[in-house]
Order: sequence, then structure tokens, then C-alpha cells
Amino acid sequence: MTLSSIPAQAVSRSAGAGLELRSDATQLRSDFPVLAREVHGRRLVYLDNAATSLKPQSVIDAVTEYYSEGSANVHRGVHLLSQEATTAYDAAREKARGFLGAAQASEVIFAHGTTSAINLVARSWGDAHVGAGDEILVTVMEHHSNFVPWQMLAQRVGATLRVVPLDPTGAVDLGAYVRLLTARTRLVAVSHASNVLGTVAPVSEIVRLAHAKGARVLVDGAQSAPHLPIDVRQLGCDWFVCSGHKMLGPTGVGLLYGPLEVLDEMPPYEGGGGMIGQVSLEGTSYATAPSRFEAGTPPIASVLGLGAAIDYWNGLDRPTVFEQEANLMAYAEERLTTVPGLRIAGHAAQRVSVIAFTLGDIHPHDIGTVLDTEGVAIRAGHHCAQPLMRFLGLQSTARASFSFYNTRDDVDALVMGLARVRRMFA
Amino acid sequence: MPDLDELYQSVILDHNKTPRNFRKMDGATCEAEGRNPLCGDHFTIWLKVEDEVVTEATFLGAGCAISKASASLMTSAIKGKRRAEVQALFESFHGLVTRAPSDTTPSGTAVRLPPQMDAFRGVSEFPMRVKCATLSWHAMRAALDRAARS
Repeated sequence: MTLSSIPAQAVSRSAGAGLELRSDATQLRSDFPVLAREVHGRRLVYLDNAATSLKPQSVIDAVTEYYSEGSANVHRGVHLLSQEATTAYDAAREKARGFLGAAQASEVIFAHGTTSAINLVARSWGDAHVGAGDEILVTVMEHHSNFVPWQMLAQRVGATLRVVPLDPTGAVDLGAYVRLLTARTRLVAVSHASNVLGTVAPVSEIVRLAHAKGARVLVDGAQSAPHLPIDVRQLGCDWFVCSGHKMLGPTGVGLLYGPLEVLDEMPPYEGGGGMIGQVSLEGTSYATAPSRFEAGTPPIASVLGLGAAIDYWNGLDRPTVFEQEANLMAYAEERLTTVPGLRIAGHAAQRVSVIAFTLGDIHPHDIGTVLDTEGVAIRAGHHCAQPLMRFLGLQSTARASFSFYNTRDDVDALVMGLARVRRMFA
Repeated sequence: MPDLDELYQSVILDHNKTPRNFRKMDGATCEAEGRNPLCGDHFTIWLKVEDEVVTEATFLGAGCAISKASASLMTSAIKGKRRAEVQALFESFHGLVTRAPSDTTPSGTAVRLPPQMDAFRGVSEFPMRVKCATLSWHAMRAALDRAARS
């Protein structure tokens, strides 16, 4: 397939006629070449999906194909290669629109990831619309990427950052949220799903309450995009951001969605090529969204790879796949609670498949190192969520995070590995 | 394949479980905190330096088995050592855990790491854990530098 043959219209979100949707985990595993690899002589058991997902062959092929067959810049040249690259790039934006459920492709900006997308909003919208005495609300479960940019904004403009706590189960404390939400609140920034506890925030409710107070809402979808159906119009949020690499795509690209009327309130963030209307010695007029926010040559290969990742998602029977993942999560919790001394952090009713845990007083890094020699890849540490760690009274945790390509065998390998950890540090 | 038993030798497991010199020091002449921003591990090191000799060393904090055992053994090893000797030990230890070409003491002093420290040789097989092993050493050196300045 050449770049120009990629269809401009995204594959339908629902099952198209004659399109066989897939859901068999064993079969899907064969799409991910990394899963065939051994680690320290053991089968790779990849349980670090919240850090980054593995990539299916089709995504790898899309990136390779761009460099081997295209490799031209977009929105610039008149030659064939540039036209092909531009067509494919625009097609990827349309696919992203479909994935997010946005009304128009021009409401989807290609950022470099969740972090860069949040910083873009904080710098562009934040500097223009948040001032001294205003308040910004975040929850205590935010990843540093949805915490630090707001703290920096508050310090820049003299605003106050307020933090919504969690209830004892690890769910967002809506009562506290309502109390903290005031006429001074300009912006609410919340994770759709926590990268530590897996907690899913009641985003629609949070948005409804915020809008009633005249505040805008940014939803950090880094952890929800690969685990929940996303529909930005149903969520009603003002911005939705996510990372390509956590949803089967390449690193270096992320999505920033905003309704056009919100994007229109935002001055440019980075100046440069591609984001202008006209440039003269006297001044510059700026392009409309999305180009206004895509200065410079974009990460074209990564964007095309993300387009391929969305094609892959569209080929999955997502309701079935997500249900299987929920079942696997339940199995993992059941098995993990049989490990003496193991404590799971967070039991919110609604969670994605992320399990943070401690094991007696054994340091999570030691757990991670022992598991690694068994081929089991987990994350250990504060998970870039130090305010949450402090709130929970923990210094760090181990974390196992799942995807649809994980199996019960993976959970069993984790539990076996933990038995070895316990023997070692008994 | 890196050998787990090489990394978690009994000396390390023992010092992790029952760290020596694990207390705050009254009358310390200098102190410094070591923090690994990647994992959040942190230790505070207290030193008593008299006439350029470290007469006492203690630590408190939280970290993994490697970092805690390292701090435990280090505080024992530097006691009674002159500043230059401590610097030589630092370099020897660094060479040991990073498997630098030579484990001789570059500063030319005769001081050697105590044999027990050999337990950290396995760390070099685990590059991600070198920072754990050297965290308290860097904090100790920062404390010594502070003592020199005051």
C-alpha cells in the first residue's frame, strides 16, 4: 500500500458490512512482534501498559513505509511525494476525529503527547484567560503532567491551585469537588482514568458542574484512551488530550481535542512555519485551528503510525475486548489478594485495568528487579504522581497494568514471581 | 542473564533488614540529603567531622534494599577515615558498581573498601540500580563538602 492509497475517510467506528471485528486475545497477541521476544531467557510478560503500550505490526509498517516510500514534508511541496504525505497526514486527522467522536477534523490537533498538549493549553488558553485571584482545580490523583503545568500557570499569573481529594475507596470525592468549585474557578483539569489507582473519574458530571460555574474542563485521557470508549461530545469537555504511544501508536505524537469555539479563544503557543496566515515585517496573522497550533514540521511518521493504530482499534470488537480486559483485571485482583502481605491501593467502583500494590515492607524497586529476571515487566516507583503518593501515605508502589493482549498466563507469571520476591526478602 | 543472587547477596539482604547506623545524629557537624527524583527514594546522612577525620556517620530515610544496604555499609566504612581516604573509598565504590576498568584507588591512598562491600559487585549487571547503590555516597560527599566550606 502506498501512502496515497490510505483512505481519507476513517474506518467506521461500528462494525461495517463485511468487516470482521476481532477479539480473541491469543490471536491478537500475534500482531505484536515484541511479544515473541524473550527477556532473561523467559517469555516476556508485559504488564507495564500504563507506561506505554506495545505496537502492532501494522503500526510499525506504517512508520517504516513513510520513511521508505514517502518521507516528504506535509502542506508544503507541489511534488507527488509531498502530496501523498499531506493526504495521508490529513487522513490520520480524520481517523483521530472518528476515534474521539469529535464533530470536525479541524478540532483535532496533533501535539507531541499528553504532556505537550496540556502545556499548550496552559500556555495558550491559560495565560490569556486565567489571572490573579482566579482558581484552577485539579484532583490529587493527577499525573505530574496534569499537575505541574497548572501549578506553573498559577505561579505565573497569581492564580490559586486547589486540589480535590479522593474518597477512601480512591474515587474522586465529588462532594469536595462541589465545595471547591466556585465562581472564581476558571479551569478544572482532571484525569479520565488514574495511572496509579485506575480510578475512572465521573467526567460528564464534573464537566456539567464546572460549566454551570463558567469554568472550562480539560480531560487527561492518557490512560482512558486505550481502555474506554471515548466520545468527547458526550463527555462535553473543553479539551481532551491523549498520547499516541499509550494507545498502540508511536511515541512523539498525541491528540489535543477542543471544540472550535474553544480553540478560537486560544492564541498561538509556538510561532513558526505552518501556523501563519500572512507574515510581514509589521506583524503576522495566524492560521485557524488546527494549523495555528502545529508550528513547524510535525512528527509525520508518528502521526501516520497513530492513524494505523486507530485503524487497528477500529478492527477490534472493542466492547468484547474491554469486557475481557475487565475479566482479566478481576482475575488478577483475585489472584493477587492470595499473596500474603500484598495490599492493593484503590478500590474505586469504576477502574481501568491498572493495579498499584505494596508487598509488606519490600521496596517496589526490589520487587520490580526480581520480577524482571522472571521476564515480568512492571513499573515501580511514584508513577509521576507524588501528590497522590503523599495523599495515600505511600512512598512508592509496584504497578501492574494490563491491555487486551494480556492473558491469565501473564497474571499467573506475576503471582509466581511475587512468591519468589517474598522468599528472597523473607 | 544477570544473576539475581549476585545482586541480592546475603550481606545486602541483612543490611536491608537491619541497617546499621540507622538513626539521626545529635551533634553532627554536617548533614545532607540524597534524593532520587526518579523513584522518590531519599536518605539523610549525618557526619561528625573532627580534624578532617569522620568520627561518626549515621543515616535515616527510605529506599530499596540496594540503597539502604549501601548506606548502612558506607556509614560503617567511612568511620575513622580521613577526608582524602573517604574520597578514595567513594571512587573505589563507584568503580565497583559501574565496573570501571580498574578498582584501584585513583587518589593513590592505600585505603581499600572493606571486603563486605564486594557484595555490591553484582550491581554492575543491573545498570538501572547503580543510582540506588550510589545515592547515599553522593549525599555523604555533599555533606563533607559542606563541612569543608563551613
